[in-house]
Amino acid sequence: MELRKTYFADERRDDLKEIGQSRPRSDAFGHVTARTAFFADRTFPGTLHLKMVRSPHHHARIRAIDTSEAERHPGVVRVLTAKDVPHNLYTVLSLIQVGPEDEHVLAEEKVRWKGEAVVAVLAETPRAAFEGVAKVRIDYEPLPAVLDMEAALAPGAPLVNERHGGNYYHYDSGSSRKVRLGDVEDGFRQADHILEQTYASAPIEHAPTETTGCIVVPEGNERFTCYTNTQAMFFTLDNASIILQMPGHKLHMVGGTVGGGFGGKVDVIVEPIAILGSKLTGRPVSFIYGREEEMQISSPRAAERIVLKDGVTRDGRIVARQVHCYVDAGAYSRHSPYGTQKGAAHFPGPYTIPNVSIDSFCVYTNRTPSSAMRGFGVTIGDFALEVQMDKLARLIGMDPIEFRLINAYRDGDLKAHRQPTEGAALIECMQEASRVTNWPIADRFFELSSRTRRD
Amino acid sequence: MAKVAIRFLLNGSEKAEFVESGTTLLDVLREKLADFSPKGGCLQGTCGACSVLVDGEIRLACLTLAETCEGCTIETAGGLAKDGVLHPLQIAFADGFATQCGFCTGGMIVASKALLDRNPAPSREDVIEAISGNVCRCTGYEPIIGAVLAAARANSTNKA
Ligand code: FES
Ligand code: FES
Repeated sequence: MELRKTYFADERRDDLKEIGQSRPRSDAFGHVTARTAFFADRTFPGTLHLKMVRSPHHHARIRAIDTSEAERHPGVVRVLTAKDVPHNLYTVLSLIQVGPEDEHVLAEEKVRWKGEAVVAVLAETPRAAFEGVAKVRIDYEPLPAVLDMEAALAPGAPLVNERHGGNYYHYDSGSSRKVRLGDVEDGFRQADHILEQTYASAPIEHAPTETTGCIVVPEGNERFTCYTNTQAMFFTLDNASIILQMPGHKLHMVGGTVGGGFGGKVDVIVEPIAILGSKLTGRPVSFIYGREEEMQISSPRAAERIVLKDGVTRDGRIVARQVHCYVDAGAYSRHSPYGTQKGAAHFPGPYTIPNVSIDSFCVYTNRTPSSAMRGFGVTIGDFALEVQMDKLARLIGMDPIEFRLINAYRDGDLKAHRQPTEGAALIECMQEASRVTNWPIADRFFELSSRTRRD
Repeated sequence: MAKVAIRFLLNGSEKAEFVESGTTLLDVLREKLADFSPKGGCLQGTCGACSVLVDGEIRLACLTLAETCEGCTIETAGGLAKDGVLHPLQIAFADGFATQCGFCTGGMIVASKALLDRNPAPSREDVIEAISGNVCRCTGYEPIIGAVLAAARANSTNKA
């Protein structure tokens, strides 16, 4: 592979030699001999299996829960409901000031999405646990559900989550995370063309080959070892500590190789309840999602709806960009208010636009809570932005790469969120891309540089 | 539930166990015999992570009742390296970046071994067909297909 030395020659050290080299993975030997230990690759005598009773309704009031038959079922050792959980209300990012606590470990009073955990059954075998689950009787009063962000934001919509009035996350900036630069209306007046388009995406499941799970072992002295495939060891430790009202030194989290995560194992879902089960029974507890749970219950990437309105001049400058982004959090926050905020910061993309107005809304619906997945908050936005860039180029009859080169940010440009651009290399990347793909662009575009200020 | 006695050869060593009737081969291998190389990715026959060879035939251990393996010869990914010497497939998977998280890798290698054992010079299509029951969410499959073909080539050079 050729390394081009023309770009940023003064900044590039000459002794870098790893790029273009093949280096063996440090874990390859363990993987190909199948010796790599995943969390479930261990057994403990007397392990109990935890299975969940889940809501069959998108939205319903819980009138009554009857676990008596399940408790009498052969092999069932213990049944847990909301009242067994010391601090049943949590939200995963409370430790980085994303509040309020808005989700129950085991549902209380209401269920807000189809699949919400209501009762945990611990039994000697997976089979006995499944049979116990089938014997739990829950009396529900179904409530009207909102399954779409527009419906959720409509006046008079059923309230999904009592902690989020209006069915949106309340940022300190109000109903949305806002970014403002210049005067977007003024920008639209300067434009020769205005293009408004709506982009929408559905939730996406990570579908890791290894399902989410953990095995908890009581160690005496009220201390527990939790073998988990979490991608977020410290969120897991902190949230388990809060939920169980136990000091962190009682909880020994052991991670390791994750059998595919892609962001899907960042929530804290299985560990606290499994530790509680272990604490209350004194036995090791295994709580491992089945394939159906991984696909239906674990949080997906959020569905998004993005409305982009751009004003562009005939000669290819974007003079105004207005963004309304709606992120479907599902019934609970998890990582979505944070992802929504990331989206707001990420718009208007790697382009310098003088007049920008961004509103990103985190919306609650009666759908499976969404959360982290590979670049969440940003990935779908980039899809929308770049499709929009192609459409804008076509609208004014310009080459799509030349159009991007004209608008690409350069060092020193003020981004919409008021950070000056540093270390930009978009222009050089596109120049190189046009070279290696033989995509012709006019010579004058090869003279542009991220280092020269825009006039 | 009634227990049944089963005996089989696992990676060359004799095993005998009493298991509840209806127990899967996957549970016996993992829970009783501590061979964790077959993985449970779905427990419903859709992912291939639990693939093992029973008398040389590829089988999904999660859907195979242990009692049907009485007297059989069972090979798992964990038994493929002999005396610390890697199988050509293992070398090719490591060299070709055909493994990322590693969860599917044992099953992939077992499925590929079943192919190479009966067809030492497979076409690309043969490889695709052979691993069509194995899901990998990390690699995008191309490196895996390449590794199996590379292992077949290495095998034939060694023999030549
Ligand atoms: S665990 Fe057997 S096919 Fe998935
Ligand atoms: S390497 Fe992760 S599933 Fe294949």
